[in-house]
This record gives sequence, structure tokens and C-alpha cells, in this order.
Amino acid sequence: MSSKVLRGLVYAGATITALILVGLVAFILVKGVPYLTPSLFAWEYTSENVSLMPALISTFLMAALALLLAVPTGIASAIYLVEYASETSRFVRLVRVTTETLQGIPSIIYGLFGLLFFTTLLGWGMSLLSGAFTLAVMVLPVIMRTTEEALLAVPRSYREGGFALGAGRVRTVFRCVLPSAAPGILGGALLALGRCVGEVAALLFTAGTVAQVPDFASQGVFALFDSCRTLAEHMYVLASEGLHVGEAYATAVVLLVVVMLLNVGTNAAVGRLNGRTKGDA
Amino acid sequence: MKEGLARVLFGAAALISTLAVALICLFLFANGIPAMAQIGLPDFLFGTTWKPSADIYGIFPMIVGSIYVTAGAIIIGVPTGLLTAIFLSRFAGGRISSLLRSGVELLAGIPSVVYGFFGLMLVVPLIRELAPGRGLSLLAAAIILGIMVLPTIITVAKNALDAVPKAYYEGALALGATHERSVFRVVVPAAISGIMAAIVLGVGRAIGETMAVVMVAGNQAVIPTSIFEGVRTMTANIVLEMGYAADLHRGALIATGVVLFVFVLLICALFNAIKNRGERS
Repeated sequence: MSSKVLRGLVYAGATITALILVGLVAFILVKGVPYLTPSLFAWEYTSENVSLMPALISTFLMAALALLLAVPTGIASAIYLVEYASETSRFVRLVRVTTETLQGIPSIIYGLFGLLFFTTLLGWGMSLLSGAFTLAVMVLPVIMRTTEEALLAVPRSYREGGFALGAGRVRTVFRCVLPSAAPGILGGALLALGRCVGEVAALLFTAGTVAQVPDFASQGVFALFDSCRTLAEHMYVLASEGLHVGEAYATAVVLLVVVMLLNVGTNAAVGRLNGRTKGDA
Repeated sequence: MKEGLARVLFGAAALISTLAVALICLFLFANGIPAMAQIGLPDFLFGTTWKPSADIYGIFPMIVGSIYVTAGAIIIGVPTGLLTAIFLSRFAGGRISSLLRSGVELLAGIPSVVYGFFGLMLVVPLIRELAPGRGLSLLAAAIILGIMVLPTIITVAKNALDAVPKAYYEGALALGATHERSVFRVVVPAAISGIMAAIVLGVGRAIGETMAVVMVAGNQAVIPTSIFEGVRTMTANIVLEMGYAADLHRGALIATGVVLFVFVLLICALFNAIKNRGERS
């Protein structure tokens, strides 16, 4: 093929990708923004006014709980893999293979597992707690991988400096290594947050779809066992019922905005990490 | 003492992801295999009738459906994604490249319900206008999935292209080839194992996608005879009926998850094989 044709093909491919992105975002914004009314953000969900506020608050609760479980576990795992274990050990290879596998598992399988294990076997029912645990398992490999990368990017001299000052391994990790890896870890957490916010298949049968915020005020801790729906689930329910299409568009707008903000946050965090390690070198 | 305790704690955390994979396998297989045995493995895998009301559970149409939809997504997504990756890696200038790259990142972050909704509101009506049928079709699912696999394919293929040594490209130029020919005849073949890995990852993403497919594919449990007919994937089968299934029906749905899981594991193994071969050469 002549060079001109090849060049044309490459430009066409890139243009199609750009057009898809612009088209999708523009379509959702144009159709959805007119429906962003104050009543859509009312505190109560009713069948006449399908407010997204309860779903928005539930999303926040669900994602916060999932990250609360997954982030410390993921960071601790990554610390073990990078700072403690030897690269060639059997255990490390096992953990790496299983983490990769975990990352490739489709979210509906997580949903099935959550239903069988948290919802049914542990008897948590369809609840905030079941949903959050399912999400936590799902995002664990994301956090492990990004934290590992962030730890590996910390120069050796930081650790040697820590040891030279007489600090033990634990102190060196927490005082010298983790602080400089923090932006990368934050980036990973934001990535995981994005997945929690957008997830539906893993939640339909673990968290359920009740359009109310778990009532912590009157039930205390037991509200963890209340069913609730996240924003993405809310949107799926609206779209599949087909009765409130405008509100579904508006929910899509809110989801898009959240995703964009998370993207900007991730890039800022990772950019800071790169800038910093480059500056130190 | 403190050091030893920390080591144990970090190690235990690293074990959690392995434990999660083991539990997921255990629960899926323990709940799915008895159902498979009760239905009879050949009847389950190759039966073409899925009729829970009559206790007939053949998932062959869903297996074929998943393969069709994934193949369609690859046919649509791979050329576009690959050309975009080549553009980003070898053609684009700094500004355009970084703009398009953040666009691709945004595409990767958009939740699958939003893709599904976009498909339902724009792609499905378009197909309904231009072709026979209701628009909810194999074609619609393939188009939406083709878009959804773009970020995966672009990112992985671009990394592979970026990793090709500069000398390859310069050598081709020195032999008198144009920029385009050097890229397509030398750089792309040199990156082929990374490109294959990108495609396999895309396959993994497409076959596991649930919500977007459910919203646009029509979901008839019949093998389609044209791309304008509806199709039901394995993921859709689970999500559509799990909410109300009981007894053997429920078992059959979990068994559908087992079959999907086996597919994903095979894809994972294929990905690792390609990656290892690429690293060796």
C-alpha cells in the first residue's frame, strides 16, 4: 500500500476514536442537562419524582466502605510484595498469578460470588455491607498493582537512607517509602473509586436496588444490612423501566461528571508522582 | 518483635487476593457443578433450548451468543483501536497526542451502563430505522462493545509500539522507506506480540461485559441467524434471571457463570502465554 493510503488510514482511525468520544459525551450532555432540575436532587425518592439523591448518597457510602476495606489490604499486600518478599519466592509468584486472575474476572462473576458468599452463606442479605465487600474484592487487584508500581518507583537510596539512620524496616517503609509513593497510591485509590461508582453487575444481587439511603440515624450499625442502590444501578433501573428516560439521561450526566473529576484527580496525583521522582533523580 | 509482627501482617494481607480467587472458584464450582451434573453436561453445554419453565436448560445459544458478540466487538474495535494506537505512538504531535490520550482515559472510565444507555438511545434506533428488526440486536451489541474495548486495545498496543527500539525505525528509514512504510513494515511487526496481547485483553473485556450488552442485545435465548436479530450472552443470561431463579434454575445460572469463568481463565492463560513469549524474544 502506498504511504498516502497508510497515512490516511491512521488518521481515519484516530478521527473515529475522537469522534466516538466527543459524540458520546455531547449526546449525553445535550439530552441530559435539561433534566438536571432541583427536584432530581430532592432528599426523598418517590415513584413520581425519581430523585437521584438517595442513590448518590448510597454510592458515596458504598464506595467509601469498599475502599476502607480494599485500600489498607491492597497497600499492605503491595508492601509485602515489594519490601519484604524475595522476587523469586513461590509465594510471591502465586500471589502475582492470582492477582492477575482476579483482575481479569468479569464483574458479573463477582456479583455471583458475592450473592453466594456474603449475601447467602454469611446471611448478610442484599445489603450495603454485602455490596461493599463484593466491590472491595473486585478493586483489590487494582489497588495492589498501582501501589506496587508506586513503591517500585521510589529510589533505593530512600530505603538505604532510612536504614543508615538506624530505622528498622517498618519505620523505613512508613516514614521514607510510603510518603513518596503516596501520590501513586492515591491515583490507584481514585481509579478504584471510579470502578466502584460505575459498577452495576456486581451489585444488583449483592446490594439490591432499594432506592433509599440506609437509615443509620435510627438503626445505628444495623443499617449496614439495609439494601440500597448506587447511582449506576439507579440509572440502569430507570433505563430498563423506560418510564423516566429524561431522568436517566440526567443521571448519566452526573455519572459522567463524577468520572471526569476522578480522571482529573488521578492524572494530577500520578503527574505529581512522576514530577517528584524525576525531580529527585 | 514489632518487625516480625509487621512481616506476618503484610504477608497475611498479600494472601487475601489468593484466598479470594480460591473462594470464588470454590463457591462457583460447588454451586454450579451439581446443577450441571443434574442437567447432564452434554445437554447443558450443547442443548439449544433454554426454557426454565419446563426445566430445560441448554446454554448453547448463550455460548454462541457470547462468541458472536465478542467477535463482532473485535472486528469493529481492533482496526480502529490499532490505528489509533499507531497514530498516538508514531504520528501525533505532542498536543494532539496528549489530548487524545486523555480522551481515551475518559473512555476507559465511563461506566458500562452509560455505554449501554447510549447504545439504547442512539445506536438501537438507528439500526431500527436502517435495517429489519427491532434494532435490539447482535449488531448493536457488537458496536457498543467495539467502542468499549477501544481504550484497552489502544493503551496496550500503544505501549507495545512505544517499546520498539528506535534503531528499528531508523534502520528502515536509512534503507529508503518512507515514514509510513517504516512504521507498518518494521515497527508494527516488531510489536506484534504486544498487539496480540492487546487483542486478547479486549476479548476478555468483551466476553465479560454484562450491563451494556443486556441493554442493547435483545436477549432472546436463540442462536441468531442474522446480525439484525437479538442475541443473549452468558453474562446477560445470569443477570436477567438471577433475581427470581430458584432451585435447579438458579443452579443452571451459576453453572452458566462457571462456563463463563472457564472461558475467562482460558483467555487469561492465552494472554500470559503471549506475554511470556514476547518477553523471551
